Amino acid sequence: MSSPPTPPGSAAPPAPARPAAGQGRAGRTVSPAGLAAAVAVLLAVLVVSVVLAIGLGPSSVPPADTVRYLWAALTGGVIPAEEFAGYQVIWQIRTPRVLLAVAVGAGLSAVGVAVQAIVRNALADPFVLGVSSGASVGAVVVVVFGALAALGVYALSAGAFLGALAASALVYAVSRSRMGMTPLRLVLTGVAMAYGFQALMSVLIYLAPDGEATTMVLFWTMGGLGAATWGSLPVVAVVVLAGTLLLRRSARALDVMALGDETAASLGVDTSAVRRRLFVLTSLMTGAIVAVSGAIGFVGLIMPHLVRIAVGAAHARVLAIAPLVGAVFMVWADVVARTLVAPRELPLGVITALVGVPVFIVLMHRRGYLFGGR
Amino acid sequence: MRLRLDAVSVEIDGATLVEKLSLAAAEGEVVALVGPNGSGKSTALRCVYRALRPASGAVLVDGRDITALSLRDSAQQVAALTQEAGTDLDFTVEELVALGRAPHLDGNQPLSRRERELCTEAMARLDVLHLARRGVLTLSGGERQRVLIARALVQEPSVLVLDEPTNHLDIRHQVELLALLRSAGPTVLVVLHDLNLAAAACDRVVVLSRGALVAAGPPHEVLTPELIHEVFGVRTSVVPHPLTGAPQVLYSLPTAVRTESRP
Repeated sequence: MSSPPTPPGSAAPPAPARPAAGQGRAGRTVSPAGLAAAVAVLLAVLVVSVVLAIGLGPSSVPPADTVRYLWAALTGGVIPAEEFAGYQVIWQIRTPRVLLAVAVGAGLSAVGVAVQAIVRNALADPFVLGVSSGASVGAVVVVVFGALAALGVYALSAGAFLGALAASALVYAVSRSRMGMTPLRLVLTGVAMAYGFQALMSVLIYLAPDGEATTMVLFWTMGGLGAATWGSLPVVAVVVLAGTLLLRRSARALDVMALGDETAASLGVDTSAVRRRLFVLTSLMTGAIVAVSGAIGFVGLIMPHLVRIAVGAAHARVLAIAPLVGAVFMVWADVVARTLVAPRELPLGVITALVGVPVFIVLMHRRGYLFGGR
Repeated sequence: MRLRLDAVSVEIDGATLVEKLSLAAAEGEVVALVGPNGSGKSTALRCVYRALRPASGAVLVDGRDITALSLRDSAQQVAALTQEAGTDLDFTVEELVALGRAPHLDGNQPLSRRERELCTEAMARLDVLHLARRGVLTLSGGERQRVLIARALVQEPSVLVLDEPTNHLDIRHQVELLALLRSAGPTVLVVLHDLNLAAAACDRVVVLSRGALVAAGPPHEVLTPELIHEVFGVRTSVVPHPLTGAPQVLYSLPTAVRTESRP
């Protein structure tokens, strides 16, 4: 995993007097130029990762051939007949899957950053507001009752997305009060609703006539990218890209909200309004992500913290870096998931946790990171 | 009058926390708000920095009712040090101070050169410049308090309200802070528990009890043993400060007899 360069002392703003460096904590602030360089480096790393990851699998393809196939596919070039099977694997199966990993990793990381700020809780992740359990219920309803059959192959994703939105709407309605949406009410409502949806899902599975529903639920609770197709990619890619850009536009408001609602009011930020707007935005993003990949855990919780350790707390930086780091991480986690015990596949959520947790613990100890308190 | 509270009442869940409170502060004036716990001091301040909306009455800055302004517009005129001293995230000191410019900037617009100099100057005034690169969560309570006051000054408000700003501060920084408030420029409305600091630093003292105004005026007129006994229920002697003449309140711990005779 690459971390952006943070040269000590290079970030000093022009100042009449030189601010002295703190003990061992200097250099966490990154100048605008440093940030742009970090983003450029991470983008390059991401592109290389994508090409390598597309080549890797049960039948590995050298990067040069991968690039040639991709080029042919994009420009309508010609592929020799004996290579056509390999080309099909690369273009029809692996490319959408790796690109989906990019969208999902980036989206979960960005949403994780925003949700932690909205509910003011370091333990929050994109699923804390009940979105993923709502999506599971939606998917199971499709499987068990054959709902949304008119949508054909997209019925499941649509069901999951609608379930996610219904859950969000419910959490939103319940957590509203005269005092606006307070962070604690949001978290408590989300957690309570998640238990409710899980119970509902258990009932549905129990009543289901066959084992397919159980498999379905496993997929939605563990998450995975096995269902990636070119058809399902555009919606989630557009939602994640637009959503991340919109979230980043609220970076300073998110900074101000971290000072508490009263202080935020004195700084001209209407926390209830910001919270409402970003709640809708993050719910849409999470819903779109969960609909195609299930609830892939860990990334949305840990990636924000990892990036804050590297670049500091300011959201303008965190929301620029976290989606890129999350995308790179997800691409490689998925490579491990589908190659480690090939031809079988490990659940992606297992990999993200097994790889990420140790990395996180090491970093946390090294930099003396503080989770919003001592 | 720069700041005027006009018959402000606040009700929360049927309880009246502040009742028809009127007070005024002229340009550059430093006004202390004192009173026992639960007397409505912080509630009154919350109305000024827009964390609460009064049930009736108006808060006027330069003659305009700020409750009719957007939060952002009023934040350009009123800065606050609230009682929430914390932050969720480990911003550096200079980042936190720079957030004071938020009401003057659009979205993520970066600080101008003048604004960055303003931040450095405020950090220097509050004696936190040497901490500029430190994470705020690593600071002591007093250091963090000074950082938050620097953030409020950077807001360039015409009215500055502070809720117990001397909390966590050592004696030296308490004295320095109040001296700074006197010279800061903006009109200051400050909640203080220490009556002697209030007498030394403020032009006028406003005394609240049970949400209503009891007395207001220059310290030597307001801080009398009778009024302090009536409002706080303690016996005191008030003597003039040997150098400045400001009233100084001397406490004597109640004896057993006096404890029994407390109202």
